[in-house]
Amino acid sequence: MMRAPVNGNLRRRQLWDKVMLGLLILGSLIVVAPLLLVLGKVFVTGFSAINLAFFTQDFQPVEAGGGGLRHAIIGTVLMNLLALLIGGVLGLAGGILLSEYPDHPVNPTLRVISDLLNGLPALLKGLVIYTLVVITTGRFSGVAGALALGLIMVPIVLRATEGVLKLVPWSVREAGLGLGLPRWRVILSLVLPAASSGVITGLMLGFARAAGEAAPLYFTAGGSQFLNFNLGQQTESLALTIYKYANEPSPLRVEQAWAAALVLTLLVLIASLLARWVTRAR
Amino acid sequence: MEEQRPLTSRPVPAAQPVERVENLKVRMQTKSLSVYYGKKLGVGNVTMPIYANKVTALIGPSGCGKTTFLRALNRMHDLTPIAHIEGEAILDGQNIYAPGVDPVEVRRKIGMVFQRPNPFPTLTIYDNVVAGLKLLGVNKKSILDEAAERSLHQSALWDEVKDRLRAPGMSLSGGQQQRLCIARALAVQPEVMLMDEPTSALDPISTQAIEDLMTTLKEHVTIAIVTHNMQQAARVSDFTGYFLTGELVEFGPTNTLFTAPKDPRTEAYITGRFG
Repeated sequence: MMRAPVNGNLRRRQLWDKVMLGLLILGSLIVVAPLLLVLGKVFVTGFSAINLAFFTQDFQPVEAGGGGLRHAIIGTVLMNLLALLIGGVLGLAGGILLSEYPDHPVNPTLRVISDLLNGLPALLKGLVIYTLVVITTGRFSGVAGALALGLIMVPIVLRATEGVLKLVPWSVREAGLGLGLPRWRVILSLVLPAASSGVITGLMLGFARAAGEAAPLYFTAGGSQFLNFNLGQQTESLALTIYKYANEPSPLRVEQAWAAALVLTLLVLIASLLARWVTRAR
Repeated sequence: MEEQRPLTSRPVPAAQPVERVENLKVRMQTKSLSVYYGKKLGVGNVTMPIYANKVTALIGPSGCGKTTFLRALNRMHDLTPIAHIEGEAILDGQNIYAPGVDPVEVRRKIGMVFQRPNPFPTLTIYDNVVAGLKLLGVNKKSILDEAAERSLHQSALWDEVKDRLRAPGMSLSGGQQQRLCIARALAVQPEVMLMDEPTSALDPISTQAIEDLMTTLKEHVTIAIVTHNMQQAARVSDFTGYFLTGELVEFGPTNTLFTAPKDPRTEAYITGRFG
Protein backbone atom coordinates (compact mmCIF):
# COMPACT_ATOMS: atom_id res chain seq x y z
CA MET A 1 0.00 0.00 0.00
CA MET A 2 2.11 2.85 -1.28
CA ARG A 3 -0.69 5.36 -1.74
CA ALA A 4 -1.28 6.54 1.80
CA PRO A 5 2.21 7.96 2.55
CA VAL A 6 2.38 9.61 -0.87
CA ASN A 7 -0.93 11.30 -0.25
CA GLY A 8 0.08 12.43 3.21
CA ASN A 9 3.25 13.87 1.73
CA LEU A 10 1.29 15.67 -0.93
CA ARG A 11 -1.06 17.25 1.57
CA ARG A 12 1.88 18.40 3.67
CA ARG A 13 3.58 19.91 0.64
CA GLN A 14 0.43 21.70 -0.41
CA LEU A 15 0.10 23.13 3.09
CA TRP A 16 3.73 24.29 3.05
CA ASP A 17 3.15 25.80 -0.35
CA LYS A 18 0.29 27.89 1.03
CA VAL A 19 2.26 28.92 4.13
CA MET A 20 5.24 30.00 2.04
CA LEU A 21 3.08 31.90 -0.42
CA GLY A 22 1.43 33.67 2.50
CA LEU A 23 4.83 34.64 3.92
CA LEU A 24 5.93 35.98 0.54
CA ILE A 25 2.82 38.12 0.21
CA LEU A 26 3.23 39.38 3.78
CA GLY A 27 6.88 40.24 3.12
CA SER A 28 6.01 42.11 -0.05
CA LEU A 29 3.36 44.09 1.79
CA ILE A 30 5.79 45.04 4.55
CA VAL A 31 8.22 46.33 1.94
CA VAL A 32 5.65 48.17 -0.14
CA ALA A 33 3.55 49.60 2.71
CA PRO A 34 5.87 52.46 3.78
CA LEU A 35 6.28 53.47 0.14
CA LEU A 36 2.53 53.57 -0.36
CA LEU A 37 2.09 55.54 2.86
CA VAL A 38 4.63 58.15 1.76
CA LEU A 39 3.14 58.39 -1.72
CA GLY A 40 -0.36 58.61 -0.29
CA LYS A 41 0.59 61.40 2.08
CA VAL A 42 2.39 63.32 -0.68
CA PHE A 43 -0.58 63.00 -3.01
CA VAL A 44 -3.25 63.93 -0.50
CA THR A 45 -1.43 66.81 1.16
CA GLY A 46 0.30 68.03 -1.96
CA PHE A 47 -2.79 67.96 -4.12
CA SER A 48 -4.74 70.32 -1.88
CA ALA A 49 -1.96 72.90 -2.09
CA ILE A 50 -1.72 72.93 -5.87
CA ASN A 51 -3.42 75.66 -7.83
CA LEU A 52 -2.88 77.37 -11.16
CA ALA A 53 -0.63 80.04 -9.68
CA PHE A 54 1.68 77.26 -8.58
CA PHE A 55 2.59 76.62 -12.22
CA THR A 56 2.30 80.15 -13.63
CA GLN A 57 4.03 82.28 -10.99
CA ASP A 58 7.52 82.43 -9.63
CA PHE A 59 8.73 83.16 -6.14
CA GLN A 60 6.90 85.85 -4.19
CA PRO A 61 7.01 86.75 -0.53
CA VAL A 62 4.42 85.15 1.70
CA GLU A 63 2.87 88.59 2.27
CA ALA A 64 2.29 88.88 -1.50
CA GLY A 65 0.52 85.54 -1.66
CA GLY A 66 3.59 83.31 -1.86
CA GLY A 67 3.62 83.07 -5.67
CA GLY A 68 4.28 79.79 -7.40
CA LEU A 69 7.11 77.45 -8.25
CA ARG A 70 7.36 77.81 -12.01
CA HIS A 71 11.02 78.84 -11.66
CA ALA A 72 11.81 75.71 -9.68
CA ILE A 73 9.95 73.38 -12.05
CA ILE A 74 11.73 74.81 -15.10
CA GLY A 75 15.05 74.72 -13.27
CA THR A 76 14.55 71.12 -12.22
CA VAL A 77 13.64 70.00 -15.72
CA LEU A 78 16.53 71.80 -17.42
CA MET A 79 19.13 70.84 -14.85
CA ASN A 80 18.03 67.21 -14.75
CA LEU A 81 17.98 66.91 -18.54
CA LEU A 82 21.55 68.19 -18.71
CA ALA A 83 22.47 65.85 -15.84
CA LEU A 84 20.85 62.96 -17.71
CA LEU A 85 22.95 63.81 -20.75
CA ILE A 86 26.18 63.98 -18.73
CA GLY A 87 25.51 61.03 -16.45
CA GLY A 88 23.89 59.01 -19.21
CA VAL A 89 26.75 59.35 -21.67
CA LEU A 90 29.47 58.69 -19.09
CA GLY A 91 27.54 55.86 -17.44
CA LEU A 92 26.72 54.20 -20.76
CA ALA A 93 30.30 54.49 -21.96
CA GLY A 94 31.63 52.99 -18.73
CA GLY A 95 29.04 50.21 -18.74
CA ILE A 96 29.84 49.32 -22.35
CA LEU A 97 33.55 49.26 -21.58
CA LEU A 98 33.11 46.97 -18.57
CA SER A 99 30.73 44.59 -20.32
CA GLU A 100 32.04 44.50 -23.89
CA TYR A 101 35.77 44.86 -23.32
CA PRO A 102 36.18 42.87 -20.11
CA ASP A 103 39.95 42.64 -20.51
CA HIS A 104 40.59 46.31 -21.09
CA PRO A 105 43.39 47.51 -18.80
CA VAL A 106 41.45 50.48 -17.40
CA ASN A 107 38.59 48.30 -16.20
CA PRO A 108 39.80 47.47 -12.68
CA THR A 109 40.37 51.18 -12.03
CA LEU A 110 37.04 52.09 -13.56
CA ARG A 111 35.28 49.56 -11.37
CA VAL A 112 36.89 50.90 -8.19
CA ILE A 113 36.09 54.50 -9.11
CA SER A 114 32.50 53.58 -9.90
CA ASP A 115 32.12 51.74 -6.58
CA LEU A 116 33.62 54.66 -4.69
CA LEU A 117 31.39 57.10 -6.49
CA ASN A 118 28.42 54.95 -5.64
CA GLY A 119 29.29 54.96 -1.95
CA LEU A 120 30.22 58.64 -1.77
CA PRO A 121 27.48 60.79 -0.18
CA ALA A 122 25.79 63.09 -2.66
CA LEU A 123 26.82 66.01 -0.50
CA LEU A 124 30.49 65.25 -1.15
CA LYS A 125 29.87 65.02 -4.88
CA GLY A 126 28.44 68.51 -4.62
CA LEU A 127 31.59 69.63 -2.80
CA VAL A 128 33.77 68.12 -5.52
CA ILE A 129 31.93 70.11 -8.17
CA TYR A 130 32.01 73.17 -5.91
CA THR A 131 35.78 72.95 -5.72
CA LEU A 132 36.31 72.14 -9.38
CA VAL A 133 33.66 74.28 -11.06
CA VAL A 134 32.09 76.84 -8.76
CA ILE A 135 35.35 78.14 -7.35
CA THR A 136 37.01 78.09 -10.75
CA THR A 137 34.20 79.93 -12.53
CA GLY A 138 33.53 82.13 -9.53
CA ARG A 139 29.79 81.52 -9.34
CA PHE A 140 26.97 79.11 -8.71
CA SER A 141 25.31 77.87 -11.88
CA GLY A 142 22.81 75.37 -13.23
CA VAL A 143 25.64 73.75 -15.16
CA ALA A 144 27.53 73.07 -11.94
CA GLY A 145 24.32 71.66 -10.45
CA ALA A 146 23.84 69.41 -13.48
CA LEU A 147 27.43 68.20 -13.18
CA ALA A 148 26.88 67.26 -9.54
CA LEU A 149 23.64 65.46 -10.40
CA GLY A 150 25.36 63.77 -13.36
CA LEU A 151 28.05 62.52 -11.00
CA ILE A 152 25.30 60.94 -8.89
CA MET A 153 23.86 59.23 -11.95
CA VAL A 154 27.09 57.85 -13.39
CA PRO A 155 27.63 54.84 -11.10
CA ILE A 156 23.95 53.89 -11.19
CA VAL A 157 23.74 54.00 -14.98
CA LEU A 158 27.12 52.33 -15.34
CA ARG A 159 26.25 49.35 -13.17
CA ALA A 160 22.82 48.91 -14.75
CA THR A 161 24.25 49.12 -18.27
CA GLU A 162 26.99 46.63 -17.53
CA GLY A 163 24.47 44.24 -16.03
CA VAL A 164 21.93 44.29 -18.84
CA LEU A 165 24.54 44.20 -21.61
CA LYS A 166 25.94 41.04 -20.07
CA LEU A 167 22.48 39.51 -20.33
CA VAL A 168 22.44 39.93 -24.11
CA PRO A 169 23.36 36.51 -25.51
CA TRP A 170 26.88 36.22 -26.84
CA SER A 171 25.36 34.85 -30.05
CA VAL A 172 24.05 38.32 -30.96
CA ARG A 173 27.61 39.67 -31.00
CA GLU A 174 28.88 36.67 -32.95
CA ALA A 175 26.10 37.03 -35.51
CA GLY A 176 26.97 40.69 -36.03
CA LEU A 177 30.71 40.09 -36.25
CA GLY A 178 30.08 37.18 -38.60
CA LEU A 179 28.46 39.63 -41.00
CA GLY A 180 31.70 41.55 -41.19
CA LEU A 181 30.61 44.43 -38.98
CA PRO A 182 33.13 46.32 -36.89
CA ARG A 183 32.88 45.73 -33.18
CA TRP A 184 31.69 49.21 -32.24
CA ARG A 185 28.90 48.87 -34.81
CA VAL A 186 27.81 45.56 -33.35
CA ILE A 187 27.75 47.03 -29.84
CA LEU A 188 25.92 50.24 -30.71
CA SER A 189 23.48 48.92 -33.31
CA LEU A 190 22.80 45.38 -32.20
CA VAL A 191 23.76 44.72 -28.58
CA LEU A 192 22.60 48.01 -27.08
CA PRO A 193 19.15 47.91 -28.76
CA ALA A 194 18.71 44.32 -27.59
CA ALA A 195 19.23 45.59 -24.03
CA SER A 196 17.39 48.86 -24.52
CA SER A 197 14.64 48.35 -21.96
CA GLY A 198 17.18 47.51 -19.26
CA VAL A 199 19.40 50.44 -20.22
CA ILE A 200 16.41 52.78 -20.08
CA THR A 201 15.52 51.43 -16.64
CA GLY A 202 19.05 52.18 -15.49
CA LEU A 203 18.88 55.70 -16.89
CA MET A 204 15.54 56.25 -15.16
CA LEU A 205 16.84 54.95 -11.84
CA GLY A 206 19.71 57.38 -12.05
CA PHE A 207 17.44 60.18 -13.18
CA ALA A 208 14.98 59.62 -10.34
CA ARG A 209 17.77 59.45 -7.80
CA ALA A 210 19.33 62.69 -9.04
CA ALA A 211 16.00 64.49 -9.27
CA GLY A 212 15.44 64.02 -5.55
CA GLU A 213 18.82 65.36 -4.45
CA ALA A 214 18.90 68.72 -2.68
CA ALA A 215 22.15 68.70 -0.74
CA PRO A 216 24.68 68.77 -3.63
CA LEU A 217 22.74 71.58 -5.31
CA TYR A 218 23.30 73.89 -2.36
CA PHE A 219 26.86 74.70 -3.29
CA THR A 220 26.56 74.12 -7.02
CA ALA A 221 23.28 75.37 -8.48
CA GLY A 222 22.89 77.74 -5.57
CA GLY A 223 19.14 78.08 -5.81
CA SER A 224 17.26 81.08 -7.16
CA GLN A 225 14.04 83.01 -6.77
CA PHE A 226 13.71 83.95 -10.41
CA LEU A 227 12.63 82.23 -13.57
CA ASN A 228 15.68 81.48 -15.63
CA PHE A 229 16.27 79.39 -18.75
CA ASN A 230 20.01 79.93 -18.72
CA LEU A 231 21.90 77.23 -16.87
CA GLY A 232 24.89 79.55 -16.70
CA GLN A 233 22.96 81.36 -13.94
CA GLN A 234 22.03 80.30 -10.44
CA THR A 235 19.18 77.84 -10.74
CA GLU A 236 16.41 76.65 -8.46
CA SER A 237 15.37 73.01 -8.15
CA LEU A 238 12.24 71.51 -6.62
CA ALA A 239 14.30 69.41 -4.23
CA LEU A 240 15.97 72.57 -2.95
CA THR A 241 12.60 74.29 -2.64
CA ILE A 242 11.18 71.41 -0.62
CA TYR A 243 14.08 71.55 1.79
CA LYS A 244 13.95 75.34 2.22
CA TYR A 245 10.17 75.73 2.40
CA ALA A 246 9.65 72.79 4.75
CA ASN A 247 11.81 74.61 7.29
CA GLU A 248 9.96 77.91 7.06
CA PRO A 249 7.54 79.00 9.79
CA SER A 250 4.79 80.05 7.38
CA PRO A 251 2.14 77.30 6.91
CA LEU A 252 1.78 78.48 3.31
CA ARG A 253 5.42 77.61 2.59
CA VAL A 254 5.02 74.17 4.19
CA GLU A 255 1.99 73.55 2.00
CA GLN A 256 3.97 74.65 -1.04
CA ALA A 257 6.73 72.23 -0.06
CA TRP A 258 4.19 69.38 -0.11
CA ALA A 259 2.97 70.52 -3.49
CA ALA A 260 6.55 70.68 -4.73
CA ALA A 261 7.07 67.10 -3.52
CA LEU A 262 4.01 66.00 -5.46
CA VAL A 263 5.14 67.77 -8.63
CA LEU A 264 8.62 66.26 -8.34
CA THR A 265 7.14 62.79 -7.91
CA LEU A 266 4.91 63.33 -10.93
CA LEU A 267 7.84 64.60 -13.03
CA VAL A 268 9.81 61.44 -12.30
CA LEU A 269 6.73 59.34 -12.98
CA ILE A 270 6.09 61.06 -16.31
CA ALA A 271 9.74 60.72 -17.33
CA SER A 272 9.71 57.05 -16.51
CA LEU A 273 6.43 56.40 -18.34
CA LEU A 274 7.71 58.34 -21.32
CA ALA A 275 10.87 56.23 -21.40
CA ARG A 276 8.81 53.03 -21.21
CA TRP A 277 6.60 54.22 -24.02
CA VAL A 278 9.53 55.12 -26.23
CA THR A 279 11.11 51.69 -25.84
CA ARG A 280 7.77 49.95 -26.31
CA ALA A 281 7.19 51.78 -29.59
CA ARG A 282 10.25 50.24 -31.22
CA MET B 1 1.20 19.81 -58.32
CA GLU B 2 4.71 18.86 -57.53
CA GLU B 3 5.54 15.29 -56.78
CA GLN B 4 5.78 14.69 -53.02
CA ARG B 5 9.01 13.04 -52.07
CA PRO B 6 8.84 10.64 -49.17
CA LEU B 7 11.09 11.86 -46.38
CA THR B 8 12.56 8.50 -45.59
CA SER B 9 14.02 7.46 -48.92
CA ARG B 10 15.64 10.44 -50.47
CA PRO B 11 16.86 9.92 -54.00
CA VAL B 12 20.54 9.32 -54.33
CA PRO B 13 22.04 12.22 -56.29
CA ALA B 14 22.52 11.26 -59.89
CA ALA B 15 26.08 10.28 -60.66
CA GLN B 16 27.94 13.44 -61.55
CA PRO B 17 30.44 13.61 -64.34
CA VAL B 18 33.80 12.80 -62.85
CA GLU B 19 35.62 15.96 -61.85
CA ARG B 20 39.31 15.73 -61.37
CA VAL B 21 40.31 17.16 -58.05
CA GLU B 22 43.39 18.75 -59.60
CA ASN B 23 41.16 20.88 -61.81
CA LEU B 24 39.11 22.30 -58.96
CA LYS B 25 39.64 25.85 -57.82
CA VAL B 26 40.83 26.17 -54.24
CA ARG B 27 38.94 28.97 -52.47
CA MET B 28 40.56 28.62 -49.07
CA GLN B 29 43.47 26.71 -47.77
CA THR B 30 45.02 26.21 -44.38
CA LYS B 31 48.70 25.56 -43.85
CA SER B 32 49.73 24.02 -40.53
CA LEU B 33 46.94 25.90 -38.81
CA SER B 34 46.88 25.42 -35.03
CA VAL B 35 44.63 26.98 -32.42
CA TYR B 36 45.75 27.19 -28.80
CA TYR B 37 43.68 28.10 -25.77
CA GLY B 38 46.33 29.41 -23.45
CA LYS B 39 48.89 26.62 -23.56
CA LYS B 40 46.36 23.96 -24.42
CA LEU B 41 46.18 22.87 -28.05
CA GLY B 42 42.64 23.06 -29.44
CA VAL B 43 43.38 21.84 -32.92
CA GLY B 44 46.82 21.31 -34.34
CA ASN B 45 48.68 21.51 -37.58
CA VAL B 46 45.77 21.31 -40.01
CA THR B 47 46.60 21.57 -43.68
CA MET B 48 43.61 21.22 -45.95
CA PRO B 49 41.98 22.87 -48.96
CA ILE B 50 38.42 24.15 -49.21
CA TYR B 51 37.39 23.93 -52.85
CA ALA B 52 35.40 26.68 -54.49
CA ASN B 53 31.67 26.06 -54.97
CA LYS B 54 31.83 22.77 -53.13
CA VAL B 55 30.54 21.70 -49.76
CA THR B 56 33.29 20.62 -47.39
CA ALA B 57 32.20 18.74 -44.29
CA LEU B 58 34.21 18.60 -41.07
CA ILE B 59 33.25 15.56 -39.05
CA GLY B 60 34.45 13.90 -35.88
CA PRO B 61 33.39 13.14 -32.32
CA SER B 62 32.60 15.85 -29.78
CA GLY B 63 35.63 17.80 -28.66
CA CYS B 64 37.72 16.80 -31.65
CA GLY B 65 38.41 20.40 -32.65
CA LYS B 66 36.24 20.69 -35.76
CA THR B 67 34.33 23.74 -34.53
CA THR B 68 37.55 25.29 -33.22
CA PHE B 69 39.05 24.84 -36.66
CA LEU B 70 35.99 26.27 -38.43
CA ARG B 71 35.99 29.37 -36.24
CA ALA B 72 39.65 29.91 -37.05
CA LEU B 73 38.67 30.28 -40.71
CA ASN B 74 37.07 33.69 -40.20
CA ARG B 75 39.04 34.87 -37.19
CA MET B 76 36.24 34.36 -34.70
CA HIS B 77 38.86 33.41 -32.12
CA ASP B 78 40.08 37.02 -32.12
CA LEU B 79 37.39 37.67 -29.51
CA THR B 80 38.73 35.05 -27.12
CA PRO B 81 41.70 36.72 -25.49
CA ILE B 82 43.39 33.46 -24.46
CA ALA B 83 43.13 31.93 -27.94
CA HIS B 84 46.04 32.21 -30.27
CA ILE B 85 46.64 30.96 -33.77
CA GLU B 86 49.69 29.62 -35.56
CA GLY B 87 50.03 28.77 -39.23
CA GLU B 88 48.13 30.22 -42.13
CA ALA B 89 44.61 30.33 -43.46
CA ILE B 90 44.69 31.55 -47.03
CA LEU B 91 41.69 33.03 -48.82
CA ASP B 92 42.28 33.67 -52.52
CA GLY B 93 46.03 33.86 -52.04
CA GLN B 94 45.95 36.11 -48.97
CA ASN B 95 46.76 34.81 -45.48
CA ILE B 96 43.97 36.13 -43.30
CA TYR B 97 46.29 36.05 -40.28
CA ALA B 98 48.99 38.13 -41.97
CA PRO B 99 49.84 41.31 -40.07
CA GLY B 100 47.76 44.26 -41.23
CA VAL B 101 44.81 42.18 -42.35
CA ASP B 102 41.60 43.56 -40.84
CA PRO B 103 39.52 40.77 -39.28
CA VAL B 104 36.40 42.77 -40.11
CA GLU B 105 37.28 42.61 -43.82
CA VAL B 106 37.93 38.88 -43.51
CA ARG B 107 34.54 38.25 -41.94
CA ARG B 108 32.86 40.29 -44.64
CA LYS B 109 34.10 37.74 -47.18
CA ILE B 110 33.67 34.69 -44.97
CA GLY B 111 30.20 34.54 -43.44
CA MET B 112 29.05 32.30 -40.65
CA VAL B 113 25.93 30.43 -39.60
CA PHE B 114 25.82 29.20 -36.04
CA GLN B 115 24.61 26.13 -34.23
CA ARG B 116 21.59 27.82 -32.72
CA PRO B 117 19.51 30.16 -34.83
CA ASN B 118 20.42 33.66 -33.63
CA PRO B 119 18.29 36.29 -35.36
CA PHE B 120 18.78 39.77 -33.96
CA PRO B 121 16.12 39.84 -31.26
CA THR B 122 14.84 43.38 -31.79
CA LEU B 123 14.68 43.37 -35.58
CA THR B 124 12.00 42.41 -38.09
CA ILE B 125 12.47 39.65 -40.65
CA TYR B 126 13.35 42.20 -43.32
CA ASP B 127 15.72 44.14 -41.07
CA ASN B 128 17.44 40.95 -39.99
CA VAL B 129 18.21 40.06 -43.60
CA VAL B 130 19.52 43.50 -44.53
CA ALA B 131 21.16 44.22 -41.16
CA GLY B 132 24.63 43.56 -42.54
CA LEU B 133 24.18 45.83 -45.55
CA LYS B 134 22.45 48.56 -43.60
CA LEU B 135 25.05 48.68 -40.87
CA LEU B 136 27.79 48.67 -43.48
CA GLY B 137 26.28 51.88 -44.81
CA VAL B 138 23.97 50.80 -47.63
CA ASN B 139 20.88 52.99 -47.34
CA LYS B 140 19.25 52.86 -50.75
CA LYS B 141 15.89 51.18 -50.38
CA SER B 142 15.91 49.61 -53.83
CA ILE B 143 19.25 47.91 -53.18
CA LEU B 144 18.12 46.68 -49.76
CA ASP B 145 14.80 45.40 -51.11
CA GLU B 146 16.55 43.60 -53.91
CA ALA B 147 19.10 42.04 -51.55
CA ALA B 148 16.40 40.97 -49.09
CA GLU B 149 14.35 39.27 -51.79
CA ARG B 150 17.36 37.61 -53.41
CA SER B 151 18.73 36.30 -50.10
CA LEU B 152 15.37 35.05 -48.91
CA HIS B 153 14.87 33.26 -52.23
CA GLN B 154 18.31 31.70 -51.95
CA SER B 155 17.59 30.52 -48.45
CA ALA B 156 14.22 29.11 -49.57
CA LEU B 157 12.34 31.27 -47.09
CA TRP B 158 10.79 33.87 -49.39
CA ASP B 159 7.48 32.12 -49.98
CA GLU B 160 6.94 31.61 -46.28
CA VAL B 161 7.68 35.18 -45.17
CA LYS B 162 7.00 37.45 -48.15
CA ASP B 163 3.68 38.61 -46.65
CA ARG B 164 5.06 39.38 -43.20
CA LEU B 165 8.49 40.87 -43.74
CA ARG B 166 7.74 43.39 -40.97
CA ALA B 167 7.05 40.71 -38.36
CA PRO B 168 9.75 40.16 -35.73
CA GLY B 169 12.44 37.68 -36.74
CA MET B 170 11.87 35.90 -33.46
CA SER B 171 8.27 35.08 -34.48
CA LEU B 172 9.49 32.42 -36.93
CA SER B 173 9.91 28.75 -36.11
CA GLY B 174 13.36 27.40 -35.30
CA GLY B 175 13.95 26.06 -38.80
CA GLN B 176 12.74 29.28 -40.38
CA GLN B 177 14.94 31.29 -38.02
CA GLN B 178 17.95 29.30 -39.14
CA ARG B 179 17.11 29.94 -42.80
CA LEU B 180 16.66 33.60 -41.88
CA CYS B 181 20.18 33.54 -40.46
CA ILE B 182 21.41 31.96 -43.68
CA ALA B 183 19.65 34.68 -45.67
CA ARG B 184 21.22 37.30 -43.42
CA ALA B 185 24.66 35.85 -44.08
CA LEU B 186 24.00 35.62 -47.83
CA ALA B 187 22.81 39.22 -48.09
CA VAL B 188 26.35 40.57 -47.73
CA GLN B 189 27.41 38.20 -50.54
CA PRO B 190 30.27 36.35 -48.86
CA GLU B 191 32.64 34.16 -50.83
CA VAL B 192 32.70 31.46 -48.21
CA MET B 193 30.00 30.41 -45.78
CA LEU B 194 30.98 28.61 -42.60
CA MET B 195 28.23 26.58 -40.97
CA ASP B 196 28.69 25.31 -37.44
CA GLU B 197 26.29 22.38 -36.98
CA PRO B 198 23.51 24.45 -38.53
CA THR B 199 20.84 21.78 -38.14
CA SER B 200 21.67 20.28 -34.76
CA ALA B 201 18.94 22.30 -33.02
CA LEU B 202 16.33 21.64 -35.72
CA ASP B 203 13.65 19.06 -36.46
CA PRO B 204 14.05 16.62 -39.39
CA ILE B 205 11.94 18.60 -41.84
CA SER B 206 13.83 21.84 -41.23
CA THR B 207 17.04 19.86 -41.43
CA GLN B 208 16.10 18.56 -44.84
CA ALA B 209 15.18 22.04 -46.03
CA ILE B 210 18.60 23.33 -45.02
CA GLU B 211 20.42 20.37 -46.53
CA ASP B 212 18.60 20.89 -49.83
CA LEU B 213 19.53 24.51 -49.59
CA MET B 214 23.24 23.80 -49.33
CA THR B 215 23.16 21.87 -52.58
CA THR B 216 21.74 24.86 -54.46
CA LEU B 217 23.71 27.47 -52.52
CA LYS B 218 27.07 26.09 -53.53
CA GLU B 219 26.55 27.53 -56.99
CA HIS B 220 27.03 30.94 -55.39
CA VAL B 221 29.23 30.33 -52.38
CA THR B 222 31.77 27.93 -51.04
CA ILE B 223 30.48 26.09 -47.99
CA ALA B 224 32.30 24.53 -45.07
CA ILE B 225 30.05 22.75 -42.60
CA VAL B 226 30.77 21.22 -39.22
CA THR B 227 28.49 18.33 -38.41
CA HIS B 228 28.56 15.42 -36.02
CA ASN B 229 25.99 13.69 -38.15
CA MET B 230 27.86 11.45 -40.56
CA GLN B 231 24.80 10.81 -42.69
CA GLN B 232 24.46 14.52 -43.17
CA ALA B 233 28.07 14.81 -44.24
CA ALA B 234 27.55 11.96 -46.69
CA ARG B 235 24.38 13.55 -48.07
CA VAL B 236 25.49 17.11 -48.58
CA SER B 237 29.23 17.30 -48.90
CA ASP B 238 31.66 16.90 -51.76
CA PHE B 239 34.72 16.72 -49.53
CA THR B 240 35.11 15.58 -45.96
CA GLY B 241 37.73 16.07 -43.31
CA TYR B 242 37.75 13.75 -40.31
CA PHE B 243 39.00 15.25 -37.06
CA LEU B 244 40.01 13.37 -33.95
CA THR B 245 41.51 14.77 -30.73
CA GLY B 246 42.57 18.03 -32.30
CA GLU B 247 44.07 16.54 -35.42
CA LEU B 248 42.93 16.21 -39.03
CA VAL B 249 43.12 12.47 -39.52
CA GLU B 250 42.00 12.25 -43.11
CA PHE B 251 40.75 14.52 -45.85
CA GLY B 252 39.36 13.52 -49.22
CA PRO B 253 36.37 13.41 -51.53
CA THR B 254 33.34 12.40 -49.50
CA ASN B 255 32.69 9.29 -51.62
CA THR B 256 36.19 8.01 -51.14
CA LEU B 257 36.38 8.84 -47.46
CA PHE B 258 33.15 7.06 -46.68
CA THR B 259 33.68 4.03 -48.89
CA ALA B 260 37.42 3.51 -48.79
CA PRO B 261 38.98 5.38 -45.87
CA LYS B 262 42.74 5.21 -45.82
CA ASP B 263 43.19 5.59 -42.07
CA PRO B 264 41.95 2.83 -39.75
CA ARG B 265 40.74 5.51 -37.27
CA THR B 266 38.49 7.00 -39.95
CA GLU B 267 37.15 3.59 -40.76
CA ALA B 268 36.44 2.88 -37.10
CA TYR B 269 34.47 6.11 -36.83
CA ILE B 270 32.42 5.88 -40.00
CA THR B 271 31.54 2.24 -39.45
CA GLY B 272 30.24 3.26 -36.03
CA ARG B 273 32.74 1.37 -33.94
CA PHE B 274 33.21 4.45 -31.80
CA GLY B 275 32.11 8.04 -31.53
